[in-house]
Amino acid sequence: MTIGLEHYLTVAAALFVIGIFGIFLNRKNVIIILMSIELMLLAVNINLVAFSFFLGDLTGQVFTLFVLTVAAAEAAIGLAILVCFFRNRGTIAVEDVNVMKG
Amino acid sequence: MIATDLSILTPEIVLAIYAMIGLLAAVYTSKDGLASTLTYVTAVLFVVMAFYIGVTGGGTRIAFGGMFVDDGFARFAKITILLAAAAILVISHDYMEKSDLLRFEYPMLITLATIGMMIMVSAGDLMALYMGLELQSLSLYVIASLRRDSVRSTEAGLKYFILGALSSGLLLYGASLVYGYSGTTLFSGIIDTAVNGELSIGLLLGLVFLIAGLAFKVSAAPFHMWTPDVYEGSPTPVTAFFATAPKVAAMALFARVVHDAFGGAVGDWQQIVAFLAVFSMFLGAIAAIGQTDIKRLMAYSSISHMGFALMGLSAGTEQGVTAMLIYMAIYVTMNIGTFAFIMSMEKDGRHVTEITALSNFSSKEPLKALAVLVLMFSLAGVPPMVGFFGKFAVLMAAVDAGLIWLAVAGVIASVIGAFYYLRIVYLMYFGAEEDGLDGRMGLVPWVGLVACAAIMVLGVFNLFGVDGLAEAAAATLVR
Repeated sequence: MTIGLEHYLTVAAALFVIGIFGIFLNRKNVIIILMSIELMLLAVNINLVAFSFFLGDLTGQVFTLFVLTVAAAEAAIGLAILVCFFRNRGTIAVEDVNVMKG
Repeated sequence: MIATDLSILTPEIVLAIYAMIGLLAAVYTSKDGLASTLTYVTAVLFVVMAFYIGVTGGGTRIAFGGMFVDDGFARFAKITILLAAAAILVISHDYMEKSDLLRFEYPMLITLATIGMMIMVSAGDLMALYMGLELQSLSLYVIASLRRDSVRSTEAGLKYFILGALSSGLLLYGASLVYGYSGTTLFSGIIDTAVNGELSIGLLLGLVFLIAGLAFKVSAAPFHMWTPDVYEGSPTPVTAFFATAPKVAAMALFARVVHDAFGGAVGDWQQIVAFLAVFSMFLGAIAAIGQTDIKRLMAYSSISHMGFALMGLSAGTEQGVTAMLIYMAIYVTMNIGTFAFIMSMEKDGRHVTEITALSNFSSKEPLKALAVLVLMFSLAGVPPMVGFFGKFAVLMAAVDAGLIWLAVAGVIASVIGAFYYLRIVYLMYFGAEEDGLDGRMGLVPWVGLVACAAIMVLGVFNLFGVDGLAEAAAATLVR
């Protein structure tokens, strides 16, 4: 069996959906949400690199590098905000992020 | 080649260099002692850049192989963004000083967010779109939690970060599918694949994800969940900023994506945008009724207003984009005035945001109460005020595009929405006698409030020519 584009897309779609569910179903810890966000962005990277390879076009891989850079910045900012939140609230459990009801 | 490309990006580059110099200067000298100066310098620089863009720009110029487009539409949006950001910086100075929040990071982060917005509205490529959007979003996450010793502010930042990152993920997944099925990230290339009748299923899926991501950023229902909490938890000047410039940028980006990249398949996105518009208008109007906090109320109000702006966009015509731009320009002006007032709401030396504190406000401050009355009527779209003309423009665009059901829904939603604006007016004029607000308003916010109210009345003659400018801007986008 040869591995074709659809296999890569399936893996990426599965990872992406796991990431989304990780954000919505997780009831424990905000760190897990940060991991889920990372998972979503990496799923997109798989998509981009697979498309880039099968189209024979480098743009997708350039895009991937940008996404990786932004993901690093995003994780840094997310953790910084989380540290601030922990200092004030003393917990990072998801069910305690509820001072405002929305 | 590269010199011409860079010259097209002059305003962005100048602002980026300024942001870096400002940060370094503040860190190496007196830190927050410089905050006051930096706030005003940034505001002046924004106004100068807005003039520069307005005076020097002409025609459509393309930089970096189509990744960056400088056309009339981008210039209109950029000038609106820059002026709104400058106005918010100036009127927020008093509040920041009083509540001990005047840090030098604030003007610098607003500058960075503004650069991101300017890149967003000029994006001609999915990569430029993503980079601009993230520069804006990452700066906004940080300023949402600017008051870092407060649970509410950091919680607002955390919620905004998580939902914002989720929306970026959705948008990015859409972008990857669009790239895969069209073979290019350039909008000018994507539109060629879409022109041949229908979109392929892969492109359609990508478009849906892209629109979902963008709907998060404009806070259109059903992707609005973050808005009330973030508006309530953030410091009021930051909320004021969220309600103005980023909304314009996100709406402009929305218009650019659907017209520049998917202009050949209007039928495919029209129904999605129309659905978002109806849902936002009704949700914003109905959910705001029960609110007791004025910042939460303004959050639902902005959701409803985004619904109206999307209604203009869903017409899919040049007239629709014109109406959307007029609507956004008016919306921003109304919000600057309203937030100038909300920032001055004080009781016993503390900032308050409860609506009941407004009770019987008119007997103490007749002029300010009158200005707020004008702004509330304008937000509700009561005919003699300018806000009505914005609503009228989007309704006309929807009717002319054959979306009569959408226009009817818009009128019903605007009648429901009028209730909570009128309730504020009722409280101010006929509320029970009790200790209400007693704070003094600084000169600059007072000028902001009165000037915005005056614009809402005086603008009825010719809208200050904004409609003509918006028409010219829309003509460069819709071909």
